[in-house]
Amino acid sequence: MTSEQKAIFDKLGELLGPFNEKEVEIKPETEIAVDLAIDSVSVMDFVMEVEDHFNIDIPLNVLSDTHTMQDMVGVVQARLKKA
Amino acid sequence: MVDLLDKYKPLLQRLNAIEQAGSRIGPVNERLVSPTRAIIDGRDTILAGTNNYMGVTFERECIEAGQKALEEFGTGTTGSRIANGSYAMHEELERELASFIGMKHCIVFSTGYQANLGMMAGLAGPKDTIFLDADSHSSIYDGCTLSGAKLVRFRHNDAADLDKRLSRMEDDGGGRLVVLEGIYSMLGDRAPLAEFVEVKKKHGFQLLVDEAHSFGVLGPNGGGLADEAGLMDEADFIVGTFSKSIGAIGGFGASNHPMFETLRYASKPYMFTASPSPASIATATAAVRLLKREPQRRARLEANSTRLFNGLKGLGLELGCDRVSPVIAVKCSDEPSTLAMWNQLLAAGVYVNIALPPGTPGKLCLLRCSVSAAHTDEEIDRIIDLFGSVVVGNVLAAAASA
Repeated sequence: MTSEQKAIFDKLGELLGPFNEKEVEIKPETEIAVDLAIDSVSVMDFVMEVEDHFNIDIPLNVLSDTHTMQDMVGVVQARLKKA
Repeated sequence: MVDLLDKYKPLLQRLNAIEQAGSRIGPVNERLVSPTRAIIDGRDTILAGTNNYMGVTFERECIEAGQKALEEFGTGTTGSRIANGSYAMHEELERELASFIGMKHCIVFSTGYQANLGMMAGLAGPKDTIFLDADSHSSIYDGCTLSGAKLVRFRHNDAADLDKRLSRMEDDGGGRLVVLEGIYSMLGDRAPLAEFVEVKKKHGFQLLVDEAHSFGVLGPNGGGLADEAGLMDEADFIVGTFSKSIGAIGGFGASNHPMFETLRYASKPYMFTASPSPASIATATAAVRLLKREPQRRARLEANSTRLFNGLKGLGLELGCDRVSPVIAVKCSDEPSTLAMWNQLLAAGVYVNIALPPGTPGKLCLLRCSVSAAHTDEEIDRIIDLFGSVVVGNVLAAAASA
């Protein structure tokens, strides 16, 4: 992980906090919906927080290929480059 | 081999836990007595969760119209509207609805769910973007997915948030559709349409309002939220359903757009399904005419809604929104207690909806009432009394200990 990716990862972990009721340890390979056992609406709500924090748009269609924290870091990084 | 149904094991566990607690998801109506009464588990039960807003399901003229159509046109059309499934009565209903709403064109779909699938997928394609309210109904989400459009979700009822998202998005040359609901089904709140229209003027997009819970209910002509707000001209597309105020099954899309009728040859949920059965179309047409002729039903619904809203509010309960609508949701504390109270209400003779996450916004547990113009004052008062004896103590104790 580059320092930029690490910074995004840390911020994502922080934003995920309120949704992580079971306090699962967040690692790059953590599958957000599966490992945290959160429903689809919570995943979308989390993404909305991510969008607002980074001031980017993450269309919902992108989420079908986004499972792990590492995937999410990649999405945010790509969207930041675009913005 | 992976068993495809294995993924539902957690769901099954949750359902089993609910059943063990003595509840049944979706109790069975053994007999319907009236629009507001049924026999459930052998008991006379007040129905306060059926979305039967106008109480037309037992109207003599609707039943007779259905019977006549059944006799004269048979049990089903056995075909799509673009094949053998278009009867004069389908077109007659479309004209009746267009006139009711005051729009030039109307397309009837086989269910309300399919109306949303058909409209989203018909209007938007992979090069377009749909902006949808975070609290949108599942049929809107599914329709958006089916369209293949880029999907951007904005915060519920937040026009400023939509403005921000529209500003942030680069112009990709595609069309932009914004989707709102007249009345949101879970909390009963309306979209602040005038605020969204301001954003529309600023950015330019096409606007669709799903009036599933507001068609026939809101506005001087019963046209829905856009009618109530005096902004009919700003709604490019209206969606509605027959399964609520119309008391039948089916749905529709309406518009003044000169090319709207083309959707009949582009929207797969319209093309690749059988058209609604003659009886269903005939009862819907009779109901639309009835609603047009009897605006007092809307006044009655509003009075009933106000009575229930004030009664529940007077008990100190926290409701889904601050403004009276026929959807009145009581916020509860957690799933087990909500289930227990829902059971007690049913055992005491009132059926309301139980709504649990993820089907609710903000992980809320709700006991959701929908009011009918056919409810009597006595029925509304009985519902309030039962919430008083079953729900108040529990919810207030939970709030105090939280």
